[in-house]
Amino acid sequence: MSDSKIVDARDTFCPGPLMELITHMKQSNVGDTLELLSTDEGSGADVPEWVNKVGHEILSNEKIDGVWHIKIRKAK
Amino acid sequence: MRILVVGGGTGGTIVANNLARRLSAEIRTRKVRITMLSASDRHMYQPGLLYVAFGQMTPDQLYRDQASLLEECIDFHVDPVEKFDLDHNKVTTKSGKVHEYDILVIATGSRIVPEQIPGMAEGADTFYSEASAVKMFKRLREIEEGTVAVVVGVPHKCPIAPVELIFGLHDYFKARGIRDKIKIKYHYPIGRIHTIKEVATWAKPEFERMGIEYETLFNVSEVDVENKVVRSEEGTETQYDMLIAIPPHRGMEVIEQNNLGEGGWIPTDRFKLTMNGHDNVYVLGDTTNLPVSKTGSAAHFEAEVVSENIASIVKIGVPVRDYDGKVYCFIETGHDSATYAMFNYQNPPDLKSPSKPMHWFKMAYNQMYWTSVRGLL
Repeated sequence: MSDSKIVDARDTFCPGPLMELITHMKQSNVGDTLELLSTDEGSGADVPEWVNKVGHEILSNEKIDGVWHIKIRKAK
Repeated sequence: MRILVVGGGTGGTIVANNLARRLSAEIRTRKVRITMLSASDRHMYQPGLLYVAFGQMTPDQLYRDQASLLEECIDFHVDPVEKFDLDHNKVTTKSGKVHEYDILVIATGSRIVPEQIPGMAEGADTFYSEASAVKMFKRLREIEEGTVAVVVGVPHKCPIAPVELIFGLHDYFKARGIRDKIKIKYHYPIGRIHTIKEVATWAKPEFERMGIEYETLFNVSEVDVENKVVRSEEGTETQYDMLIAIPPHRGMEVIEQNNLGEGGWIPTDRFKLTMNGHDNVYVLGDTTNLPVSKTGSAAHFEAEVVSENIASIVKIGVPVRDYDGKVYCFIETGHDSATYAMFNYQNPPDLKSPSKPMHWFKMAYNQMYWTSVRGLL
């Protein structure tokens, strides 16, 4: 997954990590992998909620040193 | 030292004026020259468009001649840049003129792209241009009953606007005496009603008080104009009688055409506000790819940092300040009250109860903007 595109949304309140992710997902192609970095405590749950509802794929979701690292593959 | 500012919106204008004052001695002695290149000879106060959409301002109130806003020593040309040659420190304009620089400031802004969503341009009202805001107001005057649906594209500038729109709609229909005949339904892309958690927490009971229906996790996928249905990527749909869209945005075409940044957003250092890989190129306002609100307020605070740093580079050879992510947004909560959200990279907003004085302050700021953009406020 070293070719994941990093979406660095650490330390941001507006537009916020999930909105940043959606922006980058719209700019990506089907099959692309993105890695969202977020310091928002809620990202660990609200990002997978959206990804699953819209039909993309969560590849991994872990918190390292206070930062959520969430890898997503654009599926459609 | 040749300083070239590309873009005559809020950020570019404040930078140019602020630099003109900080470097007045250097400009007089011809050690520094400031040039601005813009696509327009007029400057629009964009937040005023929401008032136009509710019949509270007329379009002519939103404009000033750009030249009248600039310090006299700024060499201003209405001649937009078409080609950036960052490796050779020069740009080429639409007229074919080449401008060389030592320091470049890019503040070209963003544009709406409703055409990215099938049917949106044809089927939805918006308030992001003079013509569309007037059209939206005429539609609001005509509607007597039914469902007014609000949808939000991603990304969009002024993230507070969708919430302000809802408060405005509620008050507008209430004033017309038809609020009970109009259903207002709000749709938002993420899992709460605003991206800022504190704003969402504050706005939710307000929406419930006003009887606003809302659906979250709704990213617009298409507008079926014929059947008056708006659909989401998440698989849901809403029937509407009037659809109002916050359209998706992109950076300007010239940024994309010159391969300066994906989506037209230039990769920017979040503290220095320099373009990644180009220490003599500053980027601010909507043009950056920063995870910061695309608002005039962010552009304003970024412009102060950029101008102070460029001036200090001229005077002492090094920049002196980092941008801390500061943003201050008024939030109009209807036609006679307002509050605000102020935050930066580290500190979330602490929302206060809406008040009439804060609304009056916003009304005053709508005029004070012209002082602000001159770099005086």
